[in-house]
Amino acid sequence: MKQTFTVAIGGAAGQGVATPGDIFAKIFSRRGLHLNAYNAYQSIIRGGHTFLTIRTGLERVTNMGDRLDLLIPLNQDAMDRHLGLLREGAACIYNAETIKPGEAAHGVALCPIPVSSLADISRNKVAQNTLAVGAGLNMMGIGFQALEEVLSEQFKKKGAAVVSENVGIARAGYEYAAKNFKPFAWPLPRSDNRYAVLSGNIAMAMGGAAAGVKFYCAYPMSPSTGVLHWMAAHARKANIMVRQVEDEIGVVNMAIGAAHAGVRSMCATSGGGFALMSEGLGLSAMMETPVVVIDCQRAGPSTGVPTKTEQGDLWQMLGAAFGDYPRVIAAPLDIEDCFKIIPEIFNIADRYQCPGIVLCDLLLSEGRLSVDPKELDFAPGVDRGELITTTSGPNGDTAYKRYKITNSGISPRAVPGVPGYTHTAASDEHDEDGVLISDEFTNPTKRRAMMEKRMRKVNGIEASVPAPELWGPRNAEVTLIGWGSTKGVIGEACEILNEQGISANHLQIRWLVPLHGDAILNILGSARHTIIVENNYSGQFARYLRSETSFVPNGHIRKYDGEPFMPHHIVEAVKEQLGGKSRLSVPAHEILV
Amino acid sequence: MATVLADTKRLAMTDFKGKVDPDWCPGCGDFGVLAAVQKALVDLQIPNHNVVTISGIGCSSNFPGFINTYGMHTLHGRALAVATGVKLANHELTVLVTGGDGDGFGIGGNHFVHSMRRNVDLLYIVMDNQIYGLTTGQTSPTSRLGMKTKSMPFGNIEAPVNPISMALAAGATFVARGFSGDQKHLTDLIKQGIRHEGFSFLDVFSPCVTYNHDNTYQWFRPRVKKLEDDSSYDAANWLSAMEKSLLWDDEIPIGRFFERTDVPSLHAAEPVLTAGPLLRGETRIPPDVARSFVEELM
Repeated sequence: MKQTFTVAIGGAAGQGVATPGDIFAKIFSRRGLHLNAYNAYQSIIRGGHTFLTIRTGLERVTNMGDRLDLLIPLNQDAMDRHLGLLREGAACIYNAETIKPGEAAHGVALCPIPVSSLADISRNKVAQNTLAVGAGLNMMGIGFQALEEVLSEQFKKKGAAVVSENVGIARAGYEYAAKNFKPFAWPLPRSDNRYAVLSGNIAMAMGGAAAGVKFYCAYPMSPSTGVLHWMAAHARKANIMVRQVEDEIGVVNMAIGAAHAGVRSMCATSGGGFALMSEGLGLSAMMETPVVVIDCQRAGPSTGVPTKTEQGDLWQMLGAAFGDYPRVIAAPLDIEDCFKIIPEIFNIADRYQCPGIVLCDLLLSEGRLSVDPKELDFAPGVDRGELITTTSGPNGDTAYKRYKITNSGISPRAVPGVPGYTHTAASDEHDEDGVLISDEFTNPTKRRAMMEKRMRKVNGIEASVPAPELWGPRNAEVTLIGWGSTKGVIGEACEILNEQGISANHLQIRWLVPLHGDAILNILGSARHTIIVENNYSGQFARYLRSETSFVPNGHIRKYDGEPFMPHHIVEAVKEQLGGKSRLSVPAHEILV
Repeated sequence: MATVLADTKRLAMTDFKGKVDPDWCPGCGDFGVLAAVQKALVDLQIPNHNVVTISGIGCSSNFPGFINTYGMHTLHGRALAVATGVKLANHELTVLVTGGDGDGFGIGGNHFVHSMRRNVDLLYIVMDNQIYGLTTGQTSPTSRLGMKTKSMPFGNIEAPVNPISMALAAGATFVARGFSGDQKHLTDLIKQGIRHEGFSFLDVFSPCVTYNHDNTYQWFRPRVKKLEDDSSYDAANWLSAMEKSLLWDDEIPIGRFFERTDVPSLHAAEPVLTAGPLLRGETRIPPDVARSFVEELM
């Protein structure tokens, strides 16, 4: 098992959980360590309970893991909730004056800090946080200079006095720990690598910029808002038009308008906003105007749990808008993939002139991951498809038919402003030249021909997307199947199972539509025991896979408590199922957040 | 060669004739609006390919199919949202939005208000017939109190909206009302609306001869009074525009209620567009900018 180290910080919203988290993340990534961060929080600006876990290590870290090594509770509530999670070798750093520890497990180090004797708490309200960061880094075996550097950057704007005050407090914590607390058994290593640390929302926004998105609009909705924030902050540098719109109906239609005028256009929302966009997706499909919509899933239905993750929107995506039409649905596998998937789906949406949906979730959207900067390619291949932006002759093509019937189903698309190609694009059914056949003279032959033209694009779409592949040993005892954001945690569960002598392999679905059902059946046909793992109640993917392929797995592992899977949830459920005890496991989340 | 002529010849009414003839009921007010729009485009000599006519759904929303410009016949109530996207992606286009009172003030009411406060540079023509036509005669947001329709057979008990007052309150920078029965006046208002740099709202009485037997041409004719006939009327004065907008029944003002030119339109206020339309902008992020985006995260 690869060695990792996890630090967890808990407290009320407004108490400053984020800042120490950012400091740790920065120090780890600059040390050449990988990391994965997950913040469990609630829909509250002040109060409640926020619990941030940052897991780091030399090798790639894909999920929050099973173990906490260092707990920093910023209030009594956080102490009471989480001390019991610590196991031998772990430590808990806390303010000795305001927080009382409960009973800790054997081998857990309690590290109380006499805050008021080390810092002037009347001047600095977050002194306990800074002291704890200093103490923690000392116990991890990290030199003080790294912290000094990060604090100097952090407080630079507030002036030299604030920098030196905070550095002083951090140093006091660092030195206090050196004298009073035992270092961790595994001093954090270092490497020469340097990583960027980013959320899935930032990754998708940057992926859009890389794809050549020129128009982005949104209505704020957790957990998708980070995309809007990055886009808005970088709009002028990236030359992207960014608009906040009155509602998601306006969002999708505005995005379609911009796309229709010829630019790449994107928007993001969550399930509730997506529900409002549904009719617009049909418009995109019928007018054959490509648009990319990101759905960052959160726990539903309705307002649901806005700050919690779920994979519960799959069927909403599959059924979005009425009628049959070609669509592409892709679920990024991790935060790095959030970046890469955007140019890919734009190329398909542009080529096949259809809506593209990115099915992300809170876990990726708001989680953070270390990514090799080389993987963030701002010059990916761009395929705009058959797009007419300049007139081909002095008067264009007088016989131009916007919806020309072709073998591929793709009809060359002229954008407004090009002389000689005027036409009307309609949401009503229309003939090849765009003239409505819905009102005056409906025509079954033409309707059938246009329906078949559009749907022929499905073949091309399928051919342009790779089939999924099986990872891990062949002929394994158990095959775990997941989709989207669960790649990392299922992968780690497989590693653990293999180490424990249960051979396990892994099939993770990235392209949901087109699904490549035959290829999946081919893989699963020879599997010995199949289990579908997903973050929802009803097994939405299992039902989809069954509807497309008739495949029925041996068992299911599902979680719908708002929190993501941890590796041991899957490992234990697999053992339970292989032992014949159950066909459906619903692991309980032990961390109370 | 016709192709060469297209660039040099004067555009005529026939150049703006659509691929098909309108399928509106004989006598429908929308015919007059279509003719007035075509005449305005001829008068202004705007090339067909530089115009995008965008509509929602309804009788009057079939409009883009009947005129030879680029057209988008979108969703019920969503034309203004789509049009905003079009204009921001390529602000060199002349954007006309056409639709009805149900489309604009009912299902599309949210976009109506916000498009006006954004001052999107387009002309929004509402063919206001105070009834739902394509769904065969139900009460609309502008149906008068007491009007009997299929959806309110015992008479409307909900007060109608006042589109002119709404537009003034929402910050439209050009607000006018026309009458399909007065072509010359309507054409002039359309030209003014196209020329105005900002959101131009034009409410047009466009009688429904099939379903609205209350607000007919005959009902309107003696009532409509042109604001232009009153030389003391100052269209720069918002308060007097608001006051005029409240007149109804015996005297119904038509004409230009209000115009202000001191507010930049949305695309003019957006620095991202100063280098030109998005459509023609560079799509690749320059390498040094891309590097700075990544370095922020390190």
